[in-house]
Amino acid sequence: MNWGSTIAIKTGSFIVGEDFWRGVVAVIVFLLFWETGSRSLGWFGFAFPWVSQIPPPTAVLRELSQLIQEVSFWQSVYLSTLRVFEGFFAAMLIGIPLGLAMAVSRTFNGITFPVFEVLRPIPPLAWVPASIIFWPTQEMSIAFVTFLGAFFTIVINVIGGAQSIDVRYFQAARSMGSSTWDIFRRIILPGVLPSIVVGATVGVGITWAVVVAAEMISGGGSAGSMGGAAGGGLGFFIWNSYIGGSYTQIVVGMISIGVAGYISSAVIRKVGELMTPWLAEG
Amino acid sequence: MPQASSLRASAPVSLGSQISVNNVSKSYGAEGFAKQVAQNCSFTVDRGKLTVMIGPSGCGKSTLIRLLAGFERPNSGTITIDDKPVTGPGIDRLVVFQETALFPWMSTYDNIMYGPRARGEDTPEMRDFAETLLQKVGLGAFRKKYPSQLSGGMQRRAELARSMINQPNVMILDEPFRGLDAMTKRLMQEYYAKLYEEFRRTTFFVTTDIDEAIYLADRILIMTNIPTQVRTVIEVNLPRPRNAENITESDEANLIKMQALELLHEEAMKSFARGSKAAVDFIEAYSKRVNKE
Repeated sequence: MNWGSTIAIKTGSFIVGEDFWRGVVAVIVFLLFWETGSRSLGWFGFAFPWVSQIPPPTAVLRELSQLIQEVSFWQSVYLSTLRVFEGFFAAMLIGIPLGLAMAVSRTFNGITFPVFEVLRPIPPLAWVPASIIFWPTQEMSIAFVTFLGAFFTIVINVIGGAQSIDVRYFQAARSMGSSTWDIFRRIILPGVLPSIVVGATVGVGITWAVVVAAEMISGGGSAGSMGGAAGGGLGFFIWNSYIGGSYTQIVVGMISIGVAGYISSAVIRKVGELMTPWLAEG
Repeated sequence: MPQASSLRASAPVSLGSQISVNNVSKSYGAEGFAKQVAQNCSFTVDRGKLTVMIGPSGCGKSTLIRLLAGFERPNSGTITIDDKPVTGPGIDRLVVFQETALFPWMSTYDNIMYGPRARGEDTPEMRDFAETLLQKVGLGAFRKKYPSQLSGGMQRRAELARSMINQPNVMILDEPFRGLDAMTKRLMQEYYAKLYEEFRRTTFFVTTDIDEAIYLADRILIMTNIPTQVRTVIEVNLPRPRNAENITESDEANLIKMQALELLHEEAMKSFARGSKAAVDFIEAYSKRVNKE
């Protein structure tokens, strides 16, 4: 679009180009539309469909500023974050070695892959009832389901990553006298690292999705029996807000989860960049 | 294992091994659909000499490289190194391929030191030798860079250093300078010729560039098209150190070039008669050249 690039050249700023300003304008328009739609009944005398049922951004902001002063809200944040942490790290600790074993040993792969592939299509949330039945505590059943979310993604990425390492690296390493263990340590592990980062970035997002849903379904775990907005994690917080009729709090909950998920992914991505310096643009 | 004294660049100790390819045949594909790439192919890669193999496109040069390196076995015939059969890849035969196989997650220095570290030879002498090689290929300032930060020509030089530090008895190079622009290619050829003349040992070099072949070789093997065999062996007795300007003027070099082109043209005609499209360009170029003179 010609007028867009003309603006960028005229301002002489290539760091903040026309794309950035388009984004800013789009977000502002979106917020305006939301605010207008939510207040349409009061302002215009008739209700916009659907949007008028949602609390306006200004009300949400007010609610947010009140909530962040309450301990119970932060307890929910803490609980959800803790569950994501546990599930995600368990998935990494078990998934990475398992994926490597399956990629490296044909025998092991033959034994484990069929079972793995049969279980993988089952969505983590479908495991919730079975998980509640089989695990002794409700907290453990939520942890198991969140573990599953990231686990399959990580294993698949590790296997794919190991198999896509160029065969010529192995040939060169063998020719130069590498033992199998040396090849594993200096070719396979670094070669598979980019795929691990991809699997982790995607996996942490899935973990958040599963934690929120699992909390809603199972009633917030061991902390869910406490009334009101206290305890239970952000998923339970949203569900409780819905039951209690506080729709503004629902939106606050949603935004909080979005922010937490974004921060998690950003942290993983940053750690991933630090661990794979050779992929940087140079 | 190289002794400390043999790592000093000024005194080449061993000239390397002798490779003998005897009646080797290799085909790919299932019964009935088999593609015969090499048939009763025999040649030697002489000790201490730079043997260049040149042939029409698709004549099976890459296959022969893989057989010599030990990544694959011939269907029949034998390949021996110093009279011992080749059974698999080994430190005595290192290959430099056309697409870089530098490990992307290691710096240039770590790539070069890969071989010695793999064999537990991370000694001060080895590290000195790595430094020497880095300087000789002109990459001293780039030792900490990753391969992705090096240009194409630099990557090739790094790979040469990575192979040479292991002092293989045979160096095998598969069109290592293919795809580089003309100036870089000339630069690489000069670097390589100097390296070869300093660390003289058995080398097998495959190329499609006849000028490159004449500039580098002690002997040239001209191959037929598939199923490939040696068509002619040309001894290149040009004086060393090689000088690119002198070679352009040299009568002997030009005679060799005409002879090689004529043979390659004949093979291209045969290939064309069998329906190969790759031969068409070569034939057209050759006819233009011959008709102009």
